[in-house]
Amino acid sequence: MDLHYTEEQQAFRREVRAFIAAKLPAPTRDRIASHKHLNPDDIRTWQRILCERGWGAPGWPKAAGGAGWDPVQRHIFEEEYVNAGAPRQLDFSISMVGPVIIAFGTPAQQQYFLPKILTGEHWWCQGYSEPGAGSDLASLKTRAERKGDHYVVNGQKTWNTLGQYADWIFCLVRTSTERRPQEGISFLLIDMKTPGITVRPITMLDGGQEINDIFFDDVKVPVDNRIGDENKGWTYAKFLLGHERVGIANVPRSKRMLKRLKEIAREERANGRPLIEDARFRDRIAQVEIDLTALEITLLRVLSAEREKRAPGPEGSILKIRGSEIGQAIYELTMQACGHAALPYLPEALDDGWSGVPVGGAHAPAAALEYFNHRKTTIFGGSNEIQKNIIAKMILGL
Amino acid sequence: MDFGYTDEQRQLQETLLRYIAKEYGFAERRKVARSDLGYSPGHWQAFADLGVLALTIPEAQGGLDGNAIDTMIVMEALGRGLVLEPYLSTAVICGGLIADAGSEAQKASLLPAIGGGELVMALAHYEPGARYELNHVAATARADGGGYVLDGVKTVVIAGSQAHRLIVSARTSGDARDDAGVSLFIVDRDAAGIGIRGYPTQDGARAAEITLTGVRLAADALLGAAGRAMPVIERAIERGIAALCAEAVGVMSALNDATLEYLKTREQFGGPIGRFQALQHRMVDMFIAAEQARSMAIMAGVGVGSNDAAERHRTVSMAKALVGQSARFVGQQAVQLHGGMGVTDELIVSHYFKRLTVINTTFGDADHHLGRVSDLLLAT
Repeated sequence: MDLHYTEEQQAFRREVRAFIAAKLPAPTRDRIASHKHLNPDDIRTWQRILCERGWGAPGWPKAAGGAGWDPVQRHIFEEEYVNAGAPRQLDFSISMVGPVIIAFGTPAQQQYFLPKILTGEHWWCQGYSEPGAGSDLASLKTRAERKGDHYVVNGQKTWNTLGQYADWIFCLVRTSTERRPQEGISFLLIDMKTPGITVRPITMLDGGQEINDIFFDDVKVPVDNRIGDENKGWTYAKFLLGHERVGIANVPRSKRMLKRLKEIAREERANGRPLIEDARFRDRIAQVEIDLTALEITLLRVLSAEREKRAPGPEGSILKIRGSEIGQAIYELTMQACGHAALPYLPEALDDGWSGVPVGGAHAPAAALEYFNHRKTTIFGGSNEIQKNIIAKMILGL
Repeated sequence: MDFGYTDEQRQLQETLLRYIAKEYGFAERRKVARSDLGYSPGHWQAFADLGVLALTIPEAQGGLDGNAIDTMIVMEALGRGLVLEPYLSTAVICGGLIADAGSEAQKASLLPAIGGGELVMALAHYEPGARYELNHVAATARADGGGYVLDGVKTVVIAGSQAHRLIVSARTSGDARDDAGVSLFIVDRDAAGIGIRGYPTQDGARAAEITLTGVRLAADALLGAAGRAMPVIERAIERGIAALCAEAVGVMSALNDATLEYLKTREQFGGPIGRFQALQHRMVDMFIAAEQARSMAIMAGVGVGSNDAAERHRTVSMAKALVGQSARFVGQQAVQLHGGMGVTDELIVSHYFKRLTVINTTFGDADHHLGRVSDLLLAT
């Protein structure tokens, strides 16, 4: 039993750190450091830079063009890019559709799509949820009717993230209503430029528009763009669930946010003293730090097991639940630390190049917006209540 | 990074769990709890024969030179079985104190006896009014013609009524709550001037109030350097905390097993109660709490071996805080999910719950350790 990284892993960390320090574009780094909005190009450019180094897809096998890193290496990479203020790669491209294409795609699909994902030429988004199919995803109704060598797709997807920038969307569509709902779903890859697709942004509670409705109106999709067999899409979608443990707990991001929270608590004043000297507030920071430490070790237990190809223990299933709850607690405390200064709604302060004067400290304009924005984390990707249903059924056998 | 056990460690774990499953069932435990001694010399000797008592004793004194991870394995297994024998106080705390601070003569006379199962020991340190403050030592040790005379009162001394010998903290200088000036002494339970009022604790284990009235000791009763025992005591208590964290993980995992089994078999409204979502989610929360506690127990087990005192304080307090919170939650909810049966003496559930409650309080509860972690934020 040893909780230290090996010499080899430490050397890997140094290599990653040096590369990011040398190659991360300064404007991107500065936007992230100052909690400004990113441009899509920040993400695309960073993806291209990683790709040139052979690191375009940390978890993919080398044969598919990935870095071939083990789970612990990928965690180290995540820690390093988060600490350096580099953007997170697009989960939908790298962690979701990519692995599905690698596992179930045809050679032609693999040859066409994988390189374009790696270079960042293709930005992928996800078409899963529908207005009537949220937690009950299998009840989805978007239809794909077979017409010769095409499907014709009609319906509506929602809660789509960043689809306004996307080149492609992977969709779950209904191709049969004959058997159980799960047995009539297919997995389609759809070019966002196809006629009949309309993207309508949804304004969220923080005023942001990172989420969309997507409408499909007689959208023609070649049958060649189907993954695997018709009506087997649910299997491929399930493959994604639980496939990806690295990153799901967001531990490096939470550690960075906790560090910032402590800094803010030293800057803010209460009773003429630094806020951190207020024991009631300080105890709450200590509590979240303890919770986060426990989660980090749980994560390392999971990643080590995966690395050694031991069957991951049931502890893997708790990463999403605790990771989202702890992240939310940190954002909430950060807002609380700002006091009244968290109240002004100045979203323009997060635009790049804004030269106004913030109310309160430099950290204040983002504090409430991030708190509100991150309420989503216990809802998306299968709400935490759904996660508990899954643990109750799959792990506890209830 | 490696979270696995060695082959020897796995073997140790299997052997001990097998022994407990076979020889230390709930009925046997009840018998031991009701006995005069409050522990069974037979089981104690069996632990010696299995090598468990000598596990962390240095090789030079006939031990197996084990580390805190070995202790963790033992404590988790003892937790699963709710074992009452005074392993924590004898092997982990007193054995550790003697190995850390003892003279060669003390080590040679005491450690092999611990390993062999002939000697039970207890640390008499906490005093009335001290709560969890380790440096609150008002008991005095006055130098007297080459030896010492001890006076004072020690409270809730774990295994105090069972120990053949005590390690007693007392001041050779300074005021109560000074770090400097605290010394340790090895005292025979039958020494003149010692009063021991033994009693059971809430969990069925034993403790004692101990009074020292003009207890005369020879110079060689001193354990370690005079006046400089505080860091040694801190380290021993930290080792004890890491061990308790592992024990709590064992208790919680057994308690979760029992509760899950109950949800699957107890029928109401025409089917097992485990089909109700309110109970399923509670059970998942208990499972999560136990896994987080396991992570922290591992961190404490590894961290307690560190020579960096500041890092050790922080690690151990973080672990004790989270394990205490998890223990409270799992214990209370296990009772709740068992309904009326949960509040009876008949089921083992209430006994697990009581042990978890005692563990949370022992050496400082979750709030105390949260406060310590919190105050460290001021320093960094």
